[in-house]
Amino acid sequence: MTEFIAAKYQYWVYISLMMIGFYAIIAKPNLVKKIIGINIFQTAVFLFYISISKVDGGTAPIHWDRAVLYDNPLPHVLILTAIVVSVSVTAVALALVIRIYREYGTLEEDQILRGRRENL
Amino acid sequence: MKVRPSSNPVTETVSALLIPFMQLYALYLVAHGDLGPGGGFQGGAIFAASLILRAIVFGLDAEEERRYESLGGSLAAAGVLLYGGIGLLCMARGGSFLEYPALPFADPKTAYHLGIYGIETGVGLAVAGAMLLLFMKIAGSRDD
Amino acid sequence: MTAAFPLLAEHIPALLVLVPLLASVIIPFSPAPLRRAGGAVAVLANAAALALASALALEVFRLGRVTYRFGGWAPPWGIEYAVDPLAAIMLLLVAFVSFAASVYSGAAASAEVAHERLPYYHSAALLLVSGLSGMIITGDVFNLYVFLEIASLAGYALIAAGRRRDALVAGFNYLILGTIAATFILLGIGYLYMAAGTLNIADLRERLPHIYHTRTVLTAFAFLMVGFSIKTALFPLHIWLPDAYTYAPSPASALLASTGTKVGVYAMLRVTYTVFRPEFDASVVPMKTILLVLSSAAVVYGAVMAIAQKDIKRMLAYSSVSQIGYIVLGAAIASESALTGSLLHMINHALMKASLFMCAGLMLISTGAEKVSDLKGAARRMPLTMAAFTAAALSMTGIPPTLGFVSKWHIALGAVEAGLWAVVPVVLAGSLLTAVYFWKVIEPAYFSAPAEGHKPDTPAPFWAAAPAAALAGLGLLLGLAAWTPAAGAARAAGELLLK
Repeated sequence: MTEFIAAKYQYWVYISLMMIGFYAIIAKPNLVKKIIGINIFQTAVFLFYISISKVDGGTAPIHWDRAVLYDNPLPHVLILTAIVVSVSVTAVALALVIRIYREYGTLEEDQILRGRRENL
Repeated sequence: MKVRPSSNPVTETVSALLIPFMQLYALYLVAHGDLGPGGGFQGGAIFAASLILRAIVFGLDAEEERRYESLGGSLAAAGVLLYGGIGLLCMARGGSFLEYPALPFADPKTAYHLGIYGIETGVGLAVAGAMLLLFMKIAGSRDD
Repeated sequence: MTAAFPLLAEHIPALLVLVPLLASVIIPFSPAPLRRAGGAVAVLANAAALALASALALEVFRLGRVTYRFGGWAPPWGIEYAVDPLAAIMLLLVAFVSFAASVYSGAAASAEVAHERLPYYHSAALLLVSGLSGMIITGDVFNLYVFLEIASLAGYALIAAGRRRDALVAGFNYLILGTIAATFILLGIGYLYMAAGTLNIADLRERLPHIYHTRTVLTAFAFLMVGFSIKTALFPLHIWLPDAYTYAPSPASALLASTGTKVGVYAMLRVTYTVFRPEFDASVVPMKTILLVLSSAAVVYGAVMAIAQKDIKRMLAYSSVSQIGYIVLGAAIASESALTGSLLHMINHALMKASLFMCAGLMLISTGAEKVSDLKGAARRMPLTMAAFTAAALSMTGIPPTLGFVSKWHIALGAVEAGLWAVVPVVLAGSLLTAVYFWKVIEPAYFSAPAEGHKPDTPAPFWAAAPAAALAGLGLLLGLAAWTPAAGAARAAGELLLK
């Protein structure tokens, strides 16, 4: 059992992180905490990508005379792009949150929903 | 940033010393991007960070806020247009989109390097502009 | 056109994505006079994209397949754009609807979007089109994810631009769900890359059959399907959709409802039939059965919920849930005629739902009507809008000779051919329920007297009414001349099902 866990530890790390993020998205009533949850959720997937790029005994994929093996650079590049995407999502989410706060005066989901129900 | 933060000689001196070096480092990263770690995204982010540091430490008055925002917008648009422009230039010269060797330089190798510099500069401008714009939209006092 | 500009013709796939993208950054950051003319710039850019998409479609139907290599790098090292008949039809559809929507927005968006936000609105709409075109055209799964996020970000902004504060919450909710979906898709792509070592779709198609039974590939497939199901708002993952379409400005609803979810279905088709082959479903996962059950439930649930709505736009939004059910239903049956029906229904739904949301916007502009109950005697107060609404509703219901009839006929035919008799009553019941909720709007509009003492009506701007009427008219026209779209859709369906 211990070997089973240890052999694939990077998956356990990324799945745990992902579920922590997912929990925050679902269970936290505060909108900013939801955004933090989304960030953790995405970062977990980034870690997964980086972990699959590792080559045994490989060095960072930078041109270097003494390097024999390089790690696979492609996932690194993909994740650089995905990080940019994630930053943009966070920015849009924060911009929305600021406007929600101006309109509703609160960031707690239950209070916002109560305000909406009275509206309908 | 409606109120100018209380001036603190330590942060002000350190930032004043740091900002030019940050900007130089940002330029180095952009220029170094095609051969080693670095590139437009990192360079642009650090360049924007230097301007944001200035805003946080020294504060901005209304006029400066307006200027920061318009600077952010124009940098972002200029960056995207530079990127797209280089791509379109490659097309106009008979290559495909971003096929640098098609650029009008002496030999394909030079064209390749200069093409990547151009692209990295475009990315850097766009990232720096977007970060400035985001900072101003989120922390600024202008409401629109 | 293709003969006169050989240079241009070669680059159409790249230009289709670039033109709206560059226009979208030019509009908000240009000097004030140009910024005020943002609507006109958007119309021009969309017209250019429409011309490019038409030329590309002609080319693709002549040659069979057009590819474009970025930076001159050969796939699988470089990113490749690949256009087959299905992609060509979708590109043309997106370009056409977004052109119509931009004409409408230019004339009517100011009624629902604050004046100082208008340039950003036009910019976001163009960005959405650029992202969706990129999703359709790309031949690389990671590139697909990036374009999906570009389109989604623009979508969140468009929804949040609505005039009520509820639009902000609707946009935020969609952002949360959309990001979860996109992250699932990213994870699925990661597993695909891990298993097959490539991101190029054509390459994946070659390499995956040897490893269909590995758990990595199954996990990848599951994550991709759940992700795209959220994006297409397939029941029961549709919960973001009703709020989003209700509170978004009408031109944004028209654009999103007609293109956004369709491209989601397109991506789903690409994954199930191009990245994976049709036999993957038959031999490994009972995906077909799952999709059949979910989409049948969507058809009925969406229609029943639509009947219960009082708000016009919310009714149209639930109607979208139901119609997406039809599209996925046709795709899940996976016979050639059902898939043809599914593609035709995509075209039908995109044109008609755009027209219907535009009509909803026109009703708001001219009489302030938002609820179904506000529409008493509306046919006398705004005859053209109600005529367009009725025509679009007929095609949505599937009354002959509209395009909606042709598409639903093909889906039902495909179900019968595949021996799935249980699906036929679902198709019919969905149509009947569709007739019921549209009748709820049409009946008071035509057969009741206007309420006493209503405010004087504002005539709708001509350029806002024209695209709504034109789209609705097109549904009738395409229905009468159904062999053209049907032949194209059949060819696309045939190539998609190719083993």
